[in-house]
Amino acid sequence: MNWEAFWLTVRLAAIVSTLLIAIGIPIAYWLTYSRWRWKFLVEAAVALPIVLPPTVLGFYVLVALGSRSPLGRWWESLTGHTLAFTFEGLVIGSLLYGLPFAVQPFAASFGAVDPKLLHASASLGHSPVQTFRRIVLPLSKAGLVTGFALSFAHTLGEFGVVLMVGGNIPGVTRTISIDIYDQVQTANYSSANQTALVLLVISFLVLSIVYGVNRRPWVVGPWR
Amino acid sequence: MEVKLTPKTAPAPQTALQAALQTTAQPISADVEVRIRKRFTNPEGSFNLNVHFRALAGFTILFGASGAGKTTLLDCIAGLSDPDEGRIAVGGEDLYDSEKKLNVAAWKRRIGYVHQELALFPHLTAEQNVAYGLRTLSATERQTRSREMLEAFRIAHLRDRRPTQISGGERQRVALARALVTEPRALLLDEPLAALDRPTKSSLVGDLRRWNQHHRVPILFVTHNGEEVFALGDEVIVLDAGIIVAQGQPHEVMRAPRLETVAHLSGFENIFDATVLALHEDRGTMTCQLGTCQLENGAVELETPLVRAEVGSHLRVGVRAGDLLLATEHPRGLSARNVLPGTIRQLEQRDVIVSAMVDCGGTEFEVHLTLAARDALQLGPGKGVWVVVKTHSCHLMGM
Repeated sequence: MNWEAFWLTVRLAAIVSTLLIAIGIPIAYWLTYSRWRWKFLVEAAVALPIVLPPTVLGFYVLVALGSRSPLGRWWESLTGHTLAFTFEGLVIGSLLYGLPFAVQPFAASFGAVDPKLLHASASLGHSPVQTFRRIVLPLSKAGLVTGFALSFAHTLGEFGVVLMVGGNIPGVTRTISIDIYDQVQTANYSSANQTALVLLVISFLVLSIVYGVNRRPWVVGPWR
Repeated sequence: MEVKLTPKTAPAPQTALQAALQTTAQPISADVEVRIRKRFTNPEGSFNLNVHFRALAGFTILFGASGAGKTTLLDCIAGLSDPDEGRIAVGGEDLYDSEKKLNVAAWKRRIGYVHQELALFPHLTAEQNVAYGLRTLSATERQTRSREMLEAFRIAHLRDRRPTQISGGERQRVALARALVTEPRALLLDEPLAALDRPTKSSLVGDLRRWNQHHRVPILFVTHNGEEVFALGDEVIVLDAGIIVAQGQPHEVMRAPRLETVAHLSGFENIFDATVLALHEDRGTMTCQLGTCQLENGAVELETPLVRAEVGSHLRVGVRAGDLLLATEHPRGLSARNVLPGTIRQLEQRDVIVSAMVDCGGTEFEVHLTLAARDALQLGPGKGVWVVVKTHSCHLMGM
């Protein structure tokens, strides 16, 4: 069991899913309430990472972070090194990759809030933003937890994007899933099995949380 | 509405009510002026809401069948829906004007709106719901004001409960208190009493009336229940398919239901002002004289079911034309308590129903008959008849 890789991965997942709450809420807000006719294009773009091969996404992120892109040059002039093959670069790649796993549950739960409550809030003198903070967010707790947990679990297990953007630098960009791959390559099956099991258990726990918070109490039961 | 005229509810906690009212006893001279057009659709098709009216302080009833455009109209006034064109002003301030391209956002309009579904915030307690609209006040002020309001609406004991933990009538009170505590310039009520039983309804109406006696704001009250019109209305506006078909004081509009919609909706073709002459508590009935003037000569007297009313008080009696009988001779051995001599003034055939207008000593009754009955009794204008009214066909409505 490679604990260095394990903690690196947990740190990456925690940072990414926390940032996704901050980034995902405004995007989900816009997707829920905008009446722009081309909104569906943005929805499709946000959902892309679900269907795109991680290598494709990773390739474009790598190009965008490289020293030939404006972003890469700007970062280089700021810090003196490139974003590619760094932990920061990994965070950026994972943010893009995890975006739909946060935004979609957020938007679904915002959209499920009864518009009558929003109307009531408006006629009680609250602006749309105040209404969002005091009514929509508290009533979307389950969606927020789901989005956080899904993007966390998803980042824990990602492979393709990490390999493309971060490479395989121990202590910097080597995550558990890459570690498992390495161990299998060197025929170290028992160690691979151990790590894989940890990932399996964590993923199951996280998904249990997701389904737990979304559980509906029995409305009609045979005992009533 | 067959209200108990002195509703038997817990005595109002006068001190709390007074306190709640005194915080804002500034009378605001407000009116609502609406002249709008808007296309809207309901299950029966697409209509044009096209209305022009002015509502003064007090209750104005918006009356009409479901789908007549009442809710669309309220949504436009509240700013939740945009008219196609026109102007909306409250207290002289323009809120919407298509010519000036003015459209004040809903949350800046200061108009209270209570929807039939109430829309209480499920994650907040009753007190937090009521305090919600007092955003700009300090925390202590907010608490004082919302508690006073909870007291005034007799729901102080529920303040820590969530909406799912209280009854329908209590939820209604919370919703009203939440809207009123913000001191809106106008109040829009979309069938807020529809789901309530009668005693709850009339006690809530009493609280609402008391509140408005001090605040004097225009209250637009939507209903499709004819009984509520009499219980509440200072003024009625009858909407049908998006258009105002009648407007005036309830008894004018509802009592002379020349319009089919009004007659149909109120359900009473005969509506009379009446004065209580005597109570017969042992028999469960009372005697009412039609007309509000006690000394009217030859005024018709009716025996009606007993309600809580005092001798000399005024109320209204509604009788459905289909509940009345006509006889060509003075009937005997009849259980019905009211047999009134009269003269047929006019007969009119509407499809398979014959509508007879019968003059009984100055009071005119509309009676519905079948074609066969008309022919068998050889009825015609000028013929002397007796109108038979069962006690329990007389529906008493509050003023």
